[in-house]
Amino acid sequence: MTTKTQALLNWVDERFPLTSSIKGHLTEYYAPKNFNFWYFFGSLALLVLVIQILTGIFLVMHYKPDASLNAAGVPVAFASVEYIMREVPGGWLIRYLHSTGASAFFVVVYLHMFRGLLYGSYRKPRELIWIFGTLIFLVLMAEAFMGYLLPWGQMSFWGAQVIVNLFSAIPIIGPDLSLVIRGDYVVSDATLNRFFSFHVIAVPLVLIGLVAAHIIALHEVGSNNPDGVEIKKKKDANGIPLDGIPFHPYYTVKDIVGVVAFLFFFSAVVFFAPEAGGYFLEFNNFLPADPLTTPPHIAPVWYFTPFYSILRAVTYPLFGLDAKFWGVVAMGASVVIIAFLPWLDRSPVKSIRYKGPIFKFAVVVFVICFFILGYLGVLPPTPGRTLVSQICSVLYFAFFLAMPWYSKIDKCKPEPERVNFK
Amino acid sequence: MSVDQKMDSGRRTLLLATSAAGGVAAVATAVPFVASLTPSERAKAAGAPVEVDVGKLAPGEMMTVEWRGKPVWILRRTEDMLASLDKAEDKVSDPSSDKPMQPAYAKNKHRSIKPEFLVAVGICTHLGCSPSEKFKPGAEGGMSADWPGGFLCPCHGSMFDLAGRVYKSMPAPDNLEIPPHQYLADTTILVGEDGKA
Amino acid sequence: MSIRVINFIKRAAAVLLFAPAVAFAAGASVHLDKAPVSTDPAALQHGAKLFVNYCLNCHSASFVRYNQLENIGLSEQLIRDNLLFAGEKTGDLMKIAMRPDESKVWFGKAPPDLTLVARARASGDGSGADWLYTYLRQFYRDTERPTGWNNVIFSNVGMPHVLWELQGEQVAKVTQNADGTTTTTLELVKPGKLSPAEYDKAMADLVSFLVWMGEPVAEKRKSIGVVVLIFLAGLFVLSYALKKNYWKDIH
Repeated sequence: MTTKTQALLNWVDERFPLTSSIKGHLTEYYAPKNFNFWYFFGSLALLVLVIQILTGIFLVMHYKPDASLNAAGVPVAFASVEYIMREVPGGWLIRYLHSTGASAFFVVVYLHMFRGLLYGSYRKPRELIWIFGTLIFLVLMAEAFMGYLLPWGQMSFWGAQVIVNLFSAIPIIGPDLSLVIRGDYVVSDATLNRFFSFHVIAVPLVLIGLVAAHIIALHEVGSNNPDGVEIKKKKDANGIPLDGIPFHPYYTVKDIVGVVAFLFFFSAVVFFAPEAGGYFLEFNNFLPADPLTTPPHIAPVWYFTPFYSILRAVTYPLFGLDAKFWGVVAMGASVVIIAFLPWLDRSPVKSIRYKGPIFKFAVVVFVICFFILGYLGVLPPTPGRTLVSQICSVLYFAFFLAMPWYSKIDKCKPEPERVNFK
Repeated sequence: MSVDQKMDSGRRTLLLATSAAGGVAAVATAVPFVASLTPSERAKAAGAPVEVDVGKLAPGEMMTVEWRGKPVWILRRTEDMLASLDKAEDKVSDPSSDKPMQPAYAKNKHRSIKPEFLVAVGICTHLGCSPSEKFKPGAEGGMSADWPGGFLCPCHGSMFDLAGRVYKSMPAPDNLEIPPHQYLADTTILVGEDGKA
Repeated sequence: MSIRVINFIKRAAAVLLFAPAVAFAAGASVHLDKAPVSTDPAALQHGAKLFVNYCLNCHSASFVRYNQLENIGLSEQLIRDNLLFAGEKTGDLMKIAMRPDESKVWFGKAPPDLTLVARARASGDGSGADWLYTYLRQFYRDTERPTGWNNVIFSNVGMPHVLWELQGEQVAKVTQNADGTTTTTLELVKPGKLSPAEYDKAMADLVSFLVWMGEPVAEKRKSIGVVVLIFLAGLFVLSYALKKNYWKDIH
């Protein structure tokens, strides 16, 4: 480094912790060397966040949150999306990147969460990382839900109608609450405008703040790893963990491989199947919102369907409150309960590698139930399907609620002293 | 740094190749985003050439049409008006239209295809106001006694003659812009498109 | 794994495999003919001609500009001479004069804008193109309808059979099956200007045009996609080699 740049760097460092931040978070942040495939999804989630923000900024330049009809009788918001798709140079690509990015966000976040579940990344001392993560997931759902209204198609409109009406199930305040959310007696221009405001400003701000908190907390305690061993327990003479390697360059070059592989599959969808068979862009959303005609079958976008199934699975009134209310409670609980994992897992080991057969069995059942619930959520209900979703919902909650018991009695293998590498 | 010392030639080559390819990817990604900032198909359609029938325009009258959101003047000049251009000749800063403010076919004294019809973008070349008509010669319109007739910009007082040529020592640096235009028929002008070569 | 686990997985798998079958049995699924969609300019131009002559009187395509038809090989002069009405510009959108509130009175429902119809009509039964291709070929005479026409896959449709001159007149024959269900077959009783094969070809061209109109950029999107994927595959090889090189230091 030349003396001049060194001088400039010193000048900055006296005023801003630049060099120390780079060291603390990259070149001298020691990550366990045994990360596997599952550890790509954290950096990928960050990548998708950047894609969404960048494409979002450019979409806002052309999109108009306006439910009134234009001269051709089409809602302005719907027409502005088609305007982006057809008339704005490159607009179609930016829009497909954003719509595919929404689904990709949930794909990587679900896999990232599952990684945490597999290797016990939520266990002490990483409880706060996990709670921040759960909050990110919740906020992401809100972000996705509000963004989905913006194209102002049939699914946008009726999806919002159904979800906002859920809030009216809350006793006493419910009906007023849903009125406040909508700002009108139906989902309308007022709703569209406030959802737009939340989607492009408020929620992203919260999301970025939570992501920062998530990473700061992670770098405070250090990363977990597939063996669930605390690498900080074994350090060399310089205080560097024996099983740790600098994040940069080792994990930057590794994550770049993950990023390129991810972009390959992401681009394959964007360029060859942006509708993803109706799962990423629903067919009925190519029809402008019509408050007088409900499409024959409404299903939420795929990433909400497991929770939507749990909502529909509740068909019994209880304590004088109707089933609709308990459905909303069950759906809310099914997300919130994830935050309590750090205190539900009483296993002596962190990683699934050393956990016993009961825990492994429970995870298998849980994953199968989650997929079945997700699958049933896109289908219209029948008595048979409702029964299946009820069984799966019970098993979903049992996985969490019975964990303090089965994780304790399980026969675990002893954790190794050092991580396994090659 | 230790990494630099250890860096073998293979690693250096790979780093360069990957960085170069990554740079190409970044530039390629920027293309649609930058493209989205350029005028859309709608803007292009709105900026399409405008067909104007000037048959009903009386001598000495001016009409204004909109082209790309800008006022375009079409002035049917009388013989007197054309004669006034000679009077202004030594008062304007670019009498022979040497600066490229007009298509080649309008680089003449009257700055038009047909001497009779002036087609000009009615936007002052100073800061974009639209000058007002001061066609009457002399002091009548509040101008000086030797005013031969022309345009006066209300914002900063730039004066133009009836061919849109700017007077000397005015805030406006250039003559008024002559848009590309052509005659589709004797009295039909298409503003915004040159005649096909 | 214990027998219980295996049994559970078997049951779960059965549910997963069985569910689509249930979905189709439950929904009133219709049989759609596979549409021979083409991207050939000649077919698209023929489809555009049919669209402008038969559809654009009542249905708008209000997101499409006439000059975008240059992308399927029509020259500006051709568009100006053949497709534009007096006073329209080539950069204008393909709108219609009919007002939605008036047409609602005449047809019971305003004729929908057709720009996105090929994307919106997709369903579990088939692509939007399949639906359109089937729909356009399955009109039949029904004296009980105000328009005198009905449709097999869109019963009590508000639109009359505007292409009957080309196709001729069909009547529906409903036969009772052994299992109690019914099958509707159509029979051509009065031939039109086109033979059935010619009519099918014309409808394939019209549907191809509607598909093109739903996403004019589709072909370009795919060709860019090929380049992007090849590039990313190359970048993957490079970045993987780089990772290998760095990680050889880690033991």
